[in-house]
Amino acid sequence: MNIAEKILALASGRDEASPDEIVEAKVDVAMANEITGPLAIEAFQKIGIEKVWNNQHIVMILDHQVPAESIKSAVLHKIMREFAREQRIKKLYDIGFGGVCHQIMPEKGHVRPGELIVGADSHTCTYGAFGSFATGIGSTEMAAVFATGEIWLRVPHTIKMDINGTFQRFVTPKDLILSIIGQIGADGAIYKAIEFTGPTIENMSIGGRMTLCNMTVEMGAKTGIINPDEATLAYVKSRTDKPFKMLKSDPDAVYEKTLEIDVSGLEPKVACPHSVDNVKPASEIGDVNIDQAFIGSCTNGRLEDLQLAAEFIKGRKVKDGVRLLITPASQEVYLQALEHGLLEIFVKAGAYICNPTCGACFGGHMGILAPGETCVSSSNRNFIGRMGSPDAKVYLASPATVAASAIAGRIIDPRELWRDPAN
Amino acid sequence: MEGSSELKISGKAIIFGDNVNTDIIIPGRYLTSLDPNELAKHAMEGLDPDFTRKAQGGAIIVAGRNFGCGSSREQAPLALKYAEVKCVIAESFARIFYRNAINISLPPLECSGVLSQVHDGNILLVDLAEGEIVNQTKNRTIHATRLPEFILDIIKDGGLIEHLKKRMRGMR
Repeated sequence: MNIAEKILALASGRDEASPDEIVEAKVDVAMANEITGPLAIEAFQKIGIEKVWNNQHIVMILDHQVPAESIKSAVLHKIMREFAREQRIKKLYDIGFGGVCHQIMPEKGHVRPGELIVGADSHTCTYGAFGSFATGIGSTEMAAVFATGEIWLRVPHTIKMDINGTFQRFVTPKDLILSIIGQIGADGAIYKAIEFTGPTIENMSIGGRMTLCNMTVEMGAKTGIINPDEATLAYVKSRTDKPFKMLKSDPDAVYEKTLEIDVSGLEPKVACPHSVDNVKPASEIGDVNIDQAFIGSCTNGRLEDLQLAAEFIKGRKVKDGVRLLITPASQEVYLQALEHGLLEIFVKAGAYICNPTCGACFGGHMGILAPGETCVSSSNRNFIGRMGSPDAKVYLASPATVAASAIAGRIIDPRELWRDPAN
Repeated sequence: MEGSSELKISGKAIIFGDNVNTDIIIPGRYLTSLDPNELAKHAMEGLDPDFTRKAQGGAIIVAGRNFGCGSSREQAPLALKYAEVKCVIAESFARIFYRNAINISLPPLECSGVLSQVHDGNILLVDLAEGEIVNQTKNRTIHATRLPEFILDIIKDGGLIEHLKKRMRGMR
């Protein structure tokens, strides 16, 4: 069996699990945020049972509209807090103690290898970076999980992506995943799991692995997953005392197909409006002037992303007429950025530092686009209207490309800025 | 057949293309509302500002590949349902939308090649139990992928919550 099949077999008390089988699985951790949580709470209350299945296994996170920008959002937050209090759910990460849910979950030790995690948010697949089977669900389904601790799942077929080679300087895992999505399309992995393997993955940081798994949903995948290794173990053990199983794919595991990908010649990539699979090399998109640049989100809002951005921003100024918004993914990342002196670099350059939130990425608040505006973003979606007006344009890229573009005032290959001493 | 009446649906077709995402179905900025009628007012407005008027009286969305891709927001099928969409037929669905639609009892039907057999405004009669679509305007029958029995049961019960309540009553 491959790792996805092993985890689903374990979660459903079976010896084996094969693609297309429907399993009734026991959930290890369930996560909801304040956009999906209140609907789940409302649905849970309709079921007519008093207590959730296990209040130790539920995590609630306020992240999309924090701090509340409207009375409606404030009400959603209140519903979350009251439910947590009533059900004695201790793991509620409120404003000042958390950040973007997919960063908080691993950071606070709620993600462990071998476990089944469901989250009422599509980017829950991020946790596959730690060797767990993690997938997004909706609110009503979450209510059912709150009630029973169980969920039906179809065992997915798995596509193996074997990644080889070394990235060129300033080419990142984000460029790799954009390149993959460009090749296989926005529906290229519907219902499937994607397992990333190979030496490039073994040498990749935890943050980079998270970026890869995070965007598998943009190809329709049920989850992205990486076999846990020493790096996983070191990260997870520093964050949780709970025991877990290091399940890994067998050497004779079966895959629907295997793709061999070499990153050695990979260039910085950009997903152009209005589809994540409309991917071109940054050097070939022509003159695209920008109004806003955004660095943040569950895809690329971690310390290493901010460090990479700082390499381009240090000692320079954000181009006149461009707003550069930087949103650390969590309070922990914010503090690390502060300690590393990154915030000073950003502020001196004219960047605007926002609090940890999903805000700008999903067009909720903190950086909404006007009609006719163009944004280059380190986030994960460029759908029509995603970051504000349906008449705005969003280009997706790595933190390096976004930072370099903010300095240049137009979308560029970040290596162009590095080469050009005039900048 | 018992319960089969809820499994027969009629409405006029509204056509969309591939990769209709949940941000288009209901943009993030409206998600602070918990009122499904309020959500319905903004359904699909980025693609077709006239959508809610067109859907009045009962519509069936017919779309291409990967319908409902993107976010897990259940507000997407909810907005469609309250905009009087009775059923969504697509070449394929994004999996979270698919489950969400079932769970709130907005039937999603997979049907290969459907876009070539239905035009905007055609009157469709859908038999979910049989997985059959009759295009009454063109007097043509189209075969869709039949929903598995356990999913039909959830839809018949009016969604996952009612289904769960029924199951829990049965266990007592």
